Amino acid sequence: MTPPDFEYLRKLFKDHSGLDLSADKQYLIESRLLPLARKCGLAGIPDLVAKIRSGSSQHIVQAVEAMTTNETFFFRDKVPFDHFRDTIMPELLKARAARRAVRIWCAAGSTGQEPYSLAMYLKEMSAALVGWRVEIIATDLSQEVLEKSKAGIYSQFEVQRGLPIQMLVKYFKQSGEFWQINPELRAMVQHRQLNLLHDFSQLGSFDVVFCRNVLIYFDQDTKINVFNRLARLMDTDGFLVLGAAETVVGLTDTFKPVADRRGLYRPSGLRAAGAVTPRLAALAAGH
Amino acid sequence: MKTCLVVDDSGVVRKIARRILEGMGFTVIEAEDGAVALEACKRAMPEAVLLDWNMPVMDGFEFLVQLRRLPGGDQPKVVFCTTENGIDHISRALHAGANEYIMKPFDKDIVIAKFQEVGLIALDAPTEA
Repeated sequence: MTPPDFEYLRKLFKDHSGLDLSADKQYLIESRLLPLARKCGLAGIPDLVAKIRSGSSQHIVQAVEAMTTNETFFFRDKVPFDHFRDTIMPELLKARAARRAVRIWCAAGSTGQEPYSLAMYLKEMSAALVGWRVEIIATDLSQEVLEKSKAGIYSQFEVQRGLPIQMLVKYFKQSGEFWQINPELRAMVQHRQLNLLHDFSQLGSFDVVFCRNVLIYFDQDTKINVFNRLARLMDTDGFLVLGAAETVVGLTDTFKPVADRRGLYRPSGLRAAGAVTPRLAALAAGH
Repeated sequence: MKTCLVVDDSGVVRKIARRILEGMGFTVIEAEDGAVALEACKRAMPEAVLLDWNMPVMDGFEFLVQLRRLPGGDQPKVVFCTTENGIDHISRALHAGANEYIMKPFDKDIVIAKFQEVGLIALDAPTEA
């Protein structure tokens, strides 16, 4: 890949998905885009870059999707799901007792492992949730990934990463080499395509937001902007769950960490001024 | 150091499992069928058993049933590791007291995930590559 091509792609990915690639990430672009080039019937990356440079929106969209990491597994990191079961839901059962409704957003829902892990835990506590309306909204940048999530079909490898065997037996149906999550659990999750760089206020308000391992690819200003817009969708007794390597500390005052609960944050009640930043507003308007 | 008994009639599988488990910090002992494994358990109970299903002399299921009847035989965490990947086999194994179940083919990530699941290793356990 020529240096101008690399620079061009870096800027393209930054503008379209917030992905902030450092100069040493050329290998990552090559490893993700070569399979895509082949899939598109092109000889290699130079031909793909030519298509992208010519403004082919189909190739641009596919390239952006190919670059966003979708590595995920059931109950990934375990701790956030323990927080969900042992801290978040018990508190919301009290705080929302009058309304009897909880809305959960998986902001990087990917291929469904995270929203379905939450759905399984909700099933396990269904006795306490009789008469409650619990919504899980899973969004992702990639339509291809969302389709996989909707289908809820996983390979033997995928169901063995983090999913306890008892849950596999209980909530999945075997079909040859594949396992499909039960219709009842699939019905608990709604899917929407969404770019976090764009306005997401139309999703409504949320009590719980899982936003794990997606902001790490964004630059600092973009992170702050997303946090501030998330805070506007949440009441102060809501919960934000971030990935193990992520924090709001030093970035924004709109969320504060929950003591002794790694990765768990609550809105502080402070609202950052302004709507979306001009740069992001311009970007969003362009789509 | 925790001990894991690897029970499989394939020497190749035992070798692969040994490499993965030693990388996870386990002392590994091997047995080529359920009967040999049961004798090993009578001598000294391991903390973990990685257990194939189909083997000559005594299969994995029969071994598990016998193990759970031994004094202290309720202690080892038993993780099946087998090509028997049907839901009927999985249910039978769990009913007989298996703690986890790996469907072959397996890799290091799956073994780590399953061993974490049953509490044999910590969630953030460092492993050699």
